Amino acid sequence: MSVYSVHAKRRVIDVASKILMGAATLVGVFFLFWILWTTLKFGLAGMHWSLFTQDTPPPGTDAFGLRNAFVGSLILLGLSMLMGVPIGLMAGTWLAEYGFRSRTANLVRFINDIMLSAPSIEIGLFAYAIVVAPMGHFSAFAGSVALAILMIPIIVRTTDEMLSLVGSDMREAAVALGAPAWVVITKVTWKAARAGILTGILIGLARITGETAPLLFTALNNQFFSTNLFRPMANIPMVIFEFALSPYANWQQMAWAAAFIAVAFVLVLSLVARSFLGKVQVPK
Amino acid sequence: MKSLKKMGMALALTVACALAIPAVRAQSSLTGAGSTWVYPLVAKWSATYQKLTGTEVNYQSIGSGGGIAQIKAGTVAFGASDMPLKPEDLRAAGLIQFPTAVAGAAMSYNLSGIASGKLILTGPVIADIYLGKIKKWNDPAIEKLNPGLKLPDMNITVVHRSDGSGTTFTFTNYLSKISPEWKEKVGSNTSVAWPVGVGGKGSEGVASYVQRIPGSIGYVEYAYILETHGSYARMINSAGKVVSPTLQGFQDASAHVDWANAQDFYVILTNQPGADTWPISGCTWQILRKNAPQATNMQVMKFFDWGFEHGQEMAKSIAFGPLPPSTVAAIKSYWKRELGYSI
Amino acid sequence: MNGSDVAVQRGMRPASDQPKSASKPWRLSADFLFHKATVFAAFLAAATLFAIVIAITYDSWPAIRTFGIWRFLKSSEWDPVTQTFGAFPFIVGTLVSSAIAMLLAVPLSFGIAVFIAEIAPAWIKRPVAAAIELLAAIPSIVYGLWGLLVFAPVFAKIEPWISDHLGAIPGIGSLFQGPPMGIGMLTAGIVLAIMVLPYISSIMRDVFLVVPSSLRESAYAMGATTWEVAWQVILPYTRSAVIGGIFLGLGRALGETMAVTFVIGNSNVLSSSLLMPGATIPSVLANEFTEATTKLYLSSLIYLGLILIVVTLAVQFLAVLLIRRLGRREGTPA
Repeated sequence: MSVYSVHAKRRVIDVASKILMGAATLVGVFFLFWILWTTLKFGLAGMHWSLFTQDTPPPGTDAFGLRNAFVGSLILLGLSMLMGVPIGLMAGTWLAEYGFRSRTANLVRFINDIMLSAPSIEIGLFAYAIVVAPMGHFSAFAGSVALAILMIPIIVRTTDEMLSLVGSDMREAAVALGAPAWVVITKVTWKAARAGILTGILIGLARITGETAPLLFTALNNQFFSTNLFRPMANIPMVIFEFALSPYANWQQMAWAAAFIAVAFVLVLSLVARSFLGKVQVPK
Repeated sequence: MKSLKKMGMALALTVACALAIPAVRAQSSLTGAGSTWVYPLVAKWSATYQKLTGTEVNYQSIGSGGGIAQIKAGTVAFGASDMPLKPEDLRAAGLIQFPTAVAGAAMSYNLSGIASGKLILTGPVIADIYLGKIKKWNDPAIEKLNPGLKLPDMNITVVHRSDGSGTTFTFTNYLSKISPEWKEKVGSNTSVAWPVGVGGKGSEGVASYVQRIPGSIGYVEYAYILETHGSYARMINSAGKVVSPTLQGFQDASAHVDWANAQDFYVILTNQPGADTWPISGCTWQILRKNAPQATNMQVMKFFDWGFEHGQEMAKSIAFGPLPPSTVAAIKSYWKRELGYSI
Repeated sequence: MNGSDVAVQRGMRPASDQPKSASKPWRLSADFLFHKATVFAAFLAAATLFAIVIAITYDSWPAIRTFGIWRFLKSSEWDPVTQTFGAFPFIVGTLVSSAIAMLLAVPLSFGIAVFIAEIAPAWIKRPVAAAIELLAAIPSIVYGLWGLLVFAPVFAKIEPWISDHLGAIPGIGSLFQGPPMGIGMLTAGIVLAIMVLPYISSIMRDVFLVVPSSLRESAYAMGATTWEVAWQVILPYTRSAVIGGIFLGLGRALGETMAVTFVIGNSNVLSSSLLMPGATIPSVLANEFTEATTKLYLSSLIYLGLILIVVTLAVQFLAVLLIRRLGRREGTPA
């Protein structure tokens, strides 16, 4: 085998592999655009002003309304944040400010990383077992518990990383001025890392916005407008689930419109988070 | 920090309002769940009922199996099931049941050349299709029933329910009656081990799959076929006549059962005699817990009583047959007898 | 850095040789409460994992007692009428759909990661990387919606070609035979592949960028082609993290519910063809959970959930372990 044919073979492999890898990237980008394009196309076609002013209609009518689902989702997200953000923030603070690189802290980080990718349907099962079954009925509260459990690992991780990045000079200056530890952490360190921490919260919010599986056995759905936390509550993902599988034209259009709004919401959140973060690493 | 504080306050305010409002609304809302068969009817009734009385009846169509499970667990005020519970099961679980309206299930199909109502099928042929023994549309057994039609050489895609369904119970009950092989191999229940086919969630899911997959066939409650302008097949009933799914056909089936004397209204409407009777007729029963709070049970009874009195025209418009007046009276005395109180 | 030294330096705790009474009581109590609050939060965050496993095991106990372990895993009978339940079709469905997803996603992710890390000019790198990450931001129910209403009809037109050509291959042909429904095991695998693609490729890309430039540049300097550098220098160096990333994607594919439920066809019967419908553990949970009419039925479903969480936790445990190994080598958190 001459040198030239070996060289040629290597060239061919190199060029072929470059083409294949470019093709692989094209495949990924193609599917992205296909999904976003159809969501945009069908979503815009299903948009009506009444989506925001009327509630979900019963089958067999031609009405368009998603008001109860929007409000319900906002309430679920708000309540999950109320439960998840403090726990996530404080746990991340412990990791960064008290635990450092100790064995316990690394164990907590390890477990947290596993929880980051835990199947959301299992968390829904867990919320059913500890909230729905004892309470005796489905509730928005149970749904928020499930969503909060999904949100916490993300906030723990970003808080931990962002707080670790804060330089020690600010902290030591505060200590030198006589501030107690908790003041140092809350008024100096948290403040310094607030952009990063906020980013983590936004990313957590983006993650739980479209989650359906945890709500399947917890918040269920509600065809009426309700703000009762201890009863089933309408929400966007479950409405999409119910309407998409139906044979009614107006329901299917509403499913697309809701999907479009959910995707737009998540994209806006991600963009805002990205602009806060700049070049810093973001956990998935 | 200021903006964070503002956000936090706004959030707290929202949650506080959310927590305060339930105190006002808690009295006038009911949750029911179950049968997708009866969903179009309950949805129509509850929309009008809410306008008239302000009470919201929130019905989640998760399948009869779900309705039974949820009322047993006490997570809903009423469960709707197309499979009546046996009197001994009702006793054991502390439940009562009463019928709502009669209707029928029909076979919906997706064959581009064949208009709705043109295809004729019999019970045994349907059983063989669902057993996987008849695989193609131009099978001799189907061609024999449809001499004038050009049936394509296409695979039959069988669609069934993936969730626990009273429609499944009604359908498999009928198949068990007319096909010993089906009765032995599969049986009849809200959820069975289907030998072949694709599973759709809810009657909506089945109707949706049939709409989408060419060459498919599925069983759905007739109101769904009406709503989606789907194609239905005519059938040959126990009297040997070719019949279409009609309100009259369902009510004829209902006329052949003794509602008033059946314990806990346990009757089966499939394969009833009669020249114009529709073979796959059925009914939905509403199930209540005996030891639920009296106020809750009263609200449920008021709603269905309103439906019996004022909702019949709405029911007929989507091919749901009202119960005979004697049966409604029997239901009211049943309530009084079983619960100790009535509306 | 030892944790306790830093805490003393930062004034969070008095040094051990100082008498406790020397500290001002009010300061210590506020610090004490704050510290305990953070410890509690961290404990909650970590303990949730164990709580989930314990709660699910507890609720599946009636089914475990009735069916045992081996019998449940091997049985294909899922019959609510006779109250016999077996996990085999769902385990197979979960594994097969995830396997299809990984077979498709891993090479694609590798190609995308190398493309972004090595081949693409700077002005393409960031937008393409952002675009791929956007795939991860799309909610899974939108994947299901798109999969059923948009992709399945298109795929139904491709399926006859697949069953005619691939179905004719002796041996594996039976894998590709069936009516062109558009939905089924293969469709579910493809949709899953698109969903896990961004996770695997972004981990690969992150670790490829961490490879010391001295290593890469010396390979290029010796005349290696881009492919050779990727395959023989970068990949071996990042091997454990790459495998970890693959496991991470696998864990996600195993647990994915909504997208699969929409397109898999919901048939509890094992079929030999990928074009036929099937079911996975998450999809059967989504379909049948709220309708389980008996305690044994419900408990059997939760038993399925137990099997799933044991498998996914094992996979993710390995994933995190492998990814961290590379991170620790380089000193950066992965």
